[in-house]
Amino acid sequence: MQVRYSLALPAVAALFGAPALAAGLAASIEVPRLNTSEYHRPYVAAWIERADNSVAATVAVWYDVRTRTNNPEGEGTKWLKDLRQWWRRTGRDLEMPIDGVTGATKPAGKHPINLADAATAKLAPGAYKFVVEAAREVGGREVVSIPFQWPPTKAEQPMASGSSELGEIKLELKP
Amino acid sequence: MNTALRTIVLAAALGATLGAAHAHNAWLLPSTTVLSKPDTVSVDAAISNDLFVANHAAMRLDNLLITAPDGSTVKPEAQAQLKHRSVFDVNVGAPGTYRIAVVNAGGFASWKDKATGQQKRARGTSESLAKEIPADAQEVTVTQSVGRIETFVTVGKPSAPKPIGQGLEMVSTGGALTDLAKGEKATFALHIDGQPARDLEVTVTAGNTQYRDQLAEVKLKTDDKGQFSVTWPAAGMYWIDASTKDNKTTMPQAKERRLSYAATVEVMP
Repeated sequence: MQVRYSLALPAVAALFGAPALAAGLAASIEVPRLNTSEYHRPYVAAWIERADNSVAATVAVWYDVRTRTNNPEGEGTKWLKDLRQWWRRTGRDLEMPIDGVTGATKPAGKHPINLADAATAKLAPGAYKFVVEAAREVGGREVVSIPFQWPPTKAEQPMASGSSELGEIKLELKP
Repeated sequence: MNTALRTIVLAAALGATLGAAHAHNAWLLPSTTVLSKPDTVSVDAAISNDLFVANHAAMRLDNLLITAPDGSTVKPEAQAQLKHRSVFDVNVGAPGTYRIAVVNAGGFASWKDKATGQQKRARGTSESLAKEIPADAQEVTVTQSVGRIETFVTVGKPSAPKPIGQGLEMVSTGGALTDLAKGEKATFALHIDGQPARDLEVTVTAGNTQYRDQLAEVKLKTDDKGQFSVTWPAAGMYWIDASTKDNKTTMPQAKERRLSYAATVEVMP
C-alpha cells in the first residue's frame, strides 16, 4: 500500500503538471439578447487567422446541424455562405460537419469555446487573430476579431465587443 | 460608348433591324453567385439602358448555354420570355463554377438593289445571307458578329471555367470569377480566339444605375498580357463589357468581324 502510493504520486503530478507548462488558449463568445419580432439564433464561425489572413484553424461553426431530410451535412449548410468572410477564407474548402468544431446554434448568452489542443499545438510562433463572425436570418452580420501573439508571454484576457450581432468576445491566454 | 457595337449585340439578341436599334446593354442577372449547397439559381436576361433594370426588351434565349464545372451542359428550367425580361432557373448541383452564357454569332449584310437602287439589309447565317443577297446586288458589305453575354455561379469552392478559345472572352487569372469583395483588387484577362487581347478598352459599371446621377463607369485598358485590374469600390452587381473588331472572319462573305463581350459579376460586402 505504502509502495503503491509513493509510486502513484509522481504519476498524478505529471498528469496535471504537464498541461500547466504548455501555453494555453481559451475563448468565449457571447450571443447577445436582441429584442426583435422575428428572432433566429445566429450562425457563428470562429477561427484563428495568421498575419497574412490565411486561416490556421476553424475552431467553431454553429449552424442548423439537424439531419431531418437525411442530410448528413445538416439542414443549414445552404446558409453557411452568409458567414461571408469565413466562407471565403476557409469554409468553402471544408466538409461539414467537422467533429469537435461544428455544432448547433446557441441561445443568447456566453458560450465557452473549446480550443482543442489540436488548434493551438499547430500554431507556429507569431502574430494571430481570433476572429468571430455571426450572421442571423432576417438580421445582420458582424465580424469581431482579437489580435494575439503566440505563444503568450504573460497571462492575459483580451476582449472585444460586437455592436449588433455579437456580444463580448473573450480570449484567455496562458503562458 | 461603343454605340455601334452595342447595337450589334442588341440586334443579334433581339433580331431587331439594324436601322431601328439604339445603344443598349445586354445583361444576365443571377439571383446569387455564391452558394454553400446545391440549389436553384434564378436568372434574368434582358436588354436595357439601366443596369440591371428590365425596362426595355427581353433577351432571346435561343443561344443560351449553361456549362457545369465538369464541362457538361446543363438544361435551363422554367424558361420564359416576358415582356421586358426573360427568366430561367439553373439547377446548380455540383461543386465548382458554372458558366451561364448567351452566345450570338451571325452576320449582317447591306447592299444596294440593282433594279431599284434601294438600300437593303439582312442578318443571318452565312447560308441564309447567301440566299438573301441577290447575285446582282451592288455595294455589298457583310460583317460577321460574335457576341458573348455571360455570368458565373459557384457552389462551394470556385473552379476556373475552361476558356472557350473563340471570340472575345474574359478569363480569370488565378482568382475566381465569383470570389470578389469590396475593397479588394481583382485581375482578369481578355482573350480573342484564346490569345491575349492587348490594349483593349474595358468598361466596368456598377449596377443600380437608376439610383445615381452619373453612370460612373470605369474605363480600363488591357495590358500586354491582355489583363486588367479592378479594385471594387462597393459591393453589388457589376457589368463588365468590351468590344472590338478585326478581320479574322470565319464567314466567307465577311471582311470584318465584330466581337463583343459582357459579363455580370457580383462583389460581396
